[in-house]
Amino acid sequence: MTKRKFGLGLSLMLATGTMLTACGSSNEGSSTSGSSEGGEEANEFSVAMVTDVGGVDDKSFNQSAWEGLQQFGEENGLKKGDGGIDYLQSGSDADYNTNLNNLIRRDFDVVYGIGFLMEGAVKEIAEQQPEAQLAIIDAVVEAPNVASVLFKEQEAAYLAGVAAALMTETKKIGFVGGMDIPVIERFEAGFLEGVAAVDDTITVDVQYTGKFDDAALGKTTANRMYSGGADIVFHAAGGTGNGVFTEAKERKEADPEANIWVIGVDADQYDEGQVGDSNVTLTSALKGVDQAVIDIANKAKAGEFPGGETVTYGLAEDGVGLADSRGAIPEDKMAQIEEFKEKIASGEITVPEKVE
Amino acid sequence: MSNRTINLLVPVVSVILGLIVGAIIMLISGFDPIAGYMALWSGIFGDLYTMGETIRQITPYILAGLAVAFAFRSGLFNIGVEGQLIVGWFAAAYVGIAVELPKVIHLPLAILAAAVAGGLWGFVPGLLKAKFHVHEVIVTIMMNYIALHTTNALIKTVSGGGDRTEQIFASASLRSEFFANLTDFSRLHYGILVAVVMVAIMWFVLDKTTLGFELKAVGFNHNASQYAGMNVNKNIILAMVISGAFAGLGGAMEALGTFQYVSAKGGFTGIGFDGIAVALLGMNTPLGVVFGAVLFGSLKYGALNMPNAAGIPIEIVEIVIAVIIFFVASGYVIRLLLQRAAIKKEAK
Repeated sequence: MTKRKFGLGLSLMLATGTMLTACGSSNEGSSTSGSSEGGEEANEFSVAMVTDVGGVDDKSFNQSAWEGLQQFGEENGLKKGDGGIDYLQSGSDADYNTNLNNLIRRDFDVVYGIGFLMEGAVKEIAEQQPEAQLAIIDAVVEAPNVASVLFKEQEAAYLAGVAAALMTETKKIGFVGGMDIPVIERFEAGFLEGVAAVDDTITVDVQYTGKFDDAALGKTTANRMYSGGADIVFHAAGGTGNGVFTEAKERKEADPEANIWVIGVDADQYDEGQVGDSNVTLTSALKGVDQAVIDIANKAKAGEFPGGETVTYGLAEDGVGLADSRGAIPEDKMAQIEEFKEKIASGEITVPEKVE
Repeated sequence: MSNRTINLLVPVVSVILGLIVGAIIMLISGFDPIAGYMALWSGIFGDLYTMGETIRQITPYILAGLAVAFAFRSGLFNIGVEGQLIVGWFAAAYVGIAVELPKVIHLPLAILAAAVAGGLWGFVPGLLKAKFHVHEVIVTIMMNYIALHTTNALIKTVSGGGDRTEQIFASASLRSEFFANLTDFSRLHYGILVAVVMVAIMWFVLDKTTLGFELKAVGFNHNASQYAGMNVNKNIILAMVISGAFAGLGGAMEALGTFQYVSAKGGFTGIGFDGIAVALLGMNTPLGVVFGAVLFGSLKYGALNMPNAAGIPIEIVEIVIAVIIFFVASGYVIRLLLQRAAIKKEAK
């Protein structure tokens, strides 16, 4: 029995082998032509990125980073592909090394690792490929050829907290976090601080879902919060947060008079909150991953790649902020938020990174 | 056609069919199938680096496949390989970080810790099945979630509030400078040797020992086994523990070989679930599992090169890979068709 299986398996291997060898040999021809193409365009500046498991259409920072690269490509006349701009998506944590390596082998001048999940991979590849220029978002990798990009999420979240505290009528606010990790904790800390700065009698219900990709879980969590009397929910939970929007929109649809709001995260999530003629998005805590990606690319293009440095983008650098509320927040309250913004930017208020 | 030719033809035909249907899917979605398959090929065997990485990818699949196959042979459906792998991963990494010992002690200790952790995770469903007749599928699925979130919480504690642990000490690492130099810095590690040894051990236990005979007997018919004087409950528990230990070792491969650390996970790794398919493709035999793992691992890893070299979106690539595996798995249907064709020919 086993012997027969062995023969079966072996012949299978051989079959695939012989069949694909034919393809393999013709491959050599095309790959050499590919590299000569690359040679002609060698004077062009090219950048590429590797997404984490969220994928390039996560409506969050991966997408934002790719939009940044596309904008950079437009400004510099670069097309998608070799010698221009490109991205690779990762299906699992084990894929990061390979994807980074693949892009470096295709001679991209700067390769971005998007997200803290890629910290280990970027560090390892940076050591193996000392000639390559790498950048990582949301983590710090100490290597001379890696630029680390961090954001002061807590500052954007602080303003979101101020906005929520000014707008709440029930004095109950919800916070839905993804995984309990430092980045999300910065959002939580800033948000709590911002709420307390306006009115410390407001209660904030903090819930971590443990996941970034479970919209159903986000929906039930938001359901509990709204049912418990909260009228504004701030999410920092990636794809899980899409469920928060779904819940809010359903409630708004059932009762157009309901005072239900969501504060989005990372990108301007106004489109997510559209329900009929109204919208449940109060504002969004912006994290300018796109701007940071462009900034690093521009620096590298000018020959000033910040390798070995940690670049932090905060309110003062316009790296984070609040999205346009499109009238959801009245003028007088916007003015109050603006005051807080100036105080943070000038350093009068320091927003803590950790929950006390 | 003789049986022998059919045996040879079945895998060949199924792979060709899989490739053709995959090609059609690529054509319909507007991509060049030849470029796609060339990218797949060079993604698996293109150079020393990719070959090293392919073998690295195969390693945990072998162990996950063995875990599922071992339980299957004893009549148990272990869907908890994923969870057992995750606790094994954590245990190995923890031992790798917590103490620094000479390599001869440290590395085996870390590997053993993973096997014990996985074994414990298999013990619970085994015990519940044996004592209270709770179906192992339910328990193992639930144990997966417990494993995921417990290890996440432990990682947070161990790392002092962070989302991943530090690097393990070099003395606990399976990484091999020799392999790394040989394969242009791929992450190929000594784990493949561990996996091969485990294949031999599983074959030996199942086919050459009384224990293996009893386990298989329980798998075929536990009433008959009981009547024959075997301790069915003991065998059920033992089968789950051994199965869990294999899975735990799969986690050790990730902890001590591929990653050198353990990080908090937002979801399952998928290796354990793929292990079910690997085991079934390999007809639950040790050698069969190796071939299943080679097929799964190579395709999974090679697929990464399709978006890279041929510009085909990863979503299409995943469909194409699934189609190929689907056709390989449906070898029985193709065998049936081939035999019918042969009979018709003879009738003429």
